[in-house]
Amino acid sequence: MSDDANLFAQQEANRRRSNWLVVGFIIFFAWVGFGGDLAFALLTADAPPEAYHHLVPFMGLFATAAAAGICWYAWRHGPERVLWATGAWEIVEPATPEQKQLVNVVEEMAIASGLPKPRVWVVPDDDPNAFATGRDAGSASIAVTEGLLATLSREELQGVVAHEMAHVRNLDVRLMTLLAGMVGALALMSDGMGRMLRTGSRGGYRLGGRGGGGGKGGGNPLGLVVLVLWLISLVLAPVVARILAMSVSRKREFLADATGVQFTRNPMALATALEKLSAASAATRSITRGAAHLCIVDPSPGLLSSREGFLADVVASHPPIRQRIIRLQGMGYQQVKQQAAAG
Amino acid sequence: MSTIVFLVVLAVLVLWVVGAYNGLIALKNQVLNAWKQIDVQLKRRHDLIPNLVNTVKGAMDFERGTLEAVIAARNKAVSASGVKDTARAEGELTQALGRLFALTEAYPELKANQNVLQLQEELTSTENKVGFARQLYNDVATQYNTKQATFPTLLVAGLAKASPAELWELEDAAERAVPKVDLSLNKPAS
Repeated sequence: MSDDANLFAQQEANRRRSNWLVVGFIIFFAWVGFGGDLAFALLTADAPPEAYHHLVPFMGLFATAAAAGICWYAWRHGPERVLWATGAWEIVEPATPEQKQLVNVVEEMAIASGLPKPRVWVVPDDDPNAFATGRDAGSASIAVTEGLLATLSREELQGVVAHEMAHVRNLDVRLMTLLAGMVGALALMSDGMGRMLRTGSRGGYRLGGRGGGGGKGGGNPLGLVVLVLWLISLVLAPVVARILAMSVSRKREFLADATGVQFTRNPMALATALEKLSAASAATRSITRGAAHLCIVDPSPGLLSSREGFLADVVASHPPIRQRIIRLQGMGYQQVKQQAAAG
Repeated sequence: MSTIVFLVVLAVLVLWVVGAYNGLIALKNQVLNAWKQIDVQLKRRHDLIPNLVNTVKGAMDFERGTLEAVIAARNKAVSASGVKDTARAEGELTQALGRLFALTEAYPELKANQNVLQLQEELTSTENKVGFARQLYNDVATQYNTKQATFPTLLVAGLAKASPAELWELEDAAERAVPKVDLSLNKPAS
């Protein structure tokens, strides 16, 4: 814990871990896309010259094209869609003292992080929550609920906004937008390929190639193994994709907590803000599942967000709030200790 | 053969020098930029203070000493130049403002006044912005100083005309601490 409490070390560790997770995601993606082609290529390799040879990985190419299209759409329109779906409105000219304070706090955090000021939005919802979205620092938006403005003190609001600014600075907003696109693309691929294979085998069209090779000793056993593995992963792809995406999301939450504290140098404010947010346990209705991974706390806290253990580790979009608070308090104690030593 | 090896080594060396040089210049510009950001926020703060003093003057007539101390500190801060001078003058202004804010707590009609509340929020925010701009400046300046003083970037520091940037250090422990709340009335500000 004492090593983890070190701010910069924690940032470094989180960044490394989430890089590996993204690599894992891409490898899995490639396997789902091209695994079937590999299987068919192996199965038809021994076929007589005049029979069908699966040389061009058109399934993989088609899947890649479809996934790229979905990711491109998410990239172009994701942030607007998220804001639109929550019913958020932008603060252009702050009208009330509360709004003025929010805009001020966002400006402060923009200065602390050395980034351009993001656009500020308010979500009409009584449950306290906040999220950030956008493609990069220049196009970023930060949205908070009305409940958040009413619940938190100025310093706590600063801590929450710093956490969101950290998501912007670490380019989490970009990563999460892309991950959401990839999860969608994988679900679609799994569905589409399953359907294609079913109609294909019924008509004896796609697997006919293997039948031709089968006359010559039952086909390539390695090809069969690959085919079975691929079919299994095709069925499991949506679930696995979701688990991977959530796992990236959780690492990013710890990192954003740490980076946010680097901006405010005030870990205790974020810790008390999180306590208040977790105490208000009602669901944030206006924020749907699609934007859950962007929020400061899980908008639909069932049993999972407060629970630790295997199930929470696998499917929750956020780490248990207790763990986050404990880490922040660790940073706070370290800070106090350092100040005591310095003066 | 040996000429090729020599040329490759030379090319690598030149590329490294260019990269290190550009890195230093980029950092130098970041330092200048961060300093400019501090300047912008300080100016905002100086512009806000006469407003605040005018608004609270009526209600706090017998707190002349505190108000005058704020104005004096502000004028000193406006005319300060250089990192060290500015840092000291701004530190004094922060303390004078802290005393003023502490005193306003004792005036219910001020605490209920929308104008005062707004000004107070503006000033709090500006104080924070000054603080965060300073934090960013110090972080970037430290990075710049470390880079130009460590091997091997040290070798091109002269070429990039890099010299250590002055850090904005807090003057004394009193300023680091939370401003003390002082509610004794009629006490002339030091």
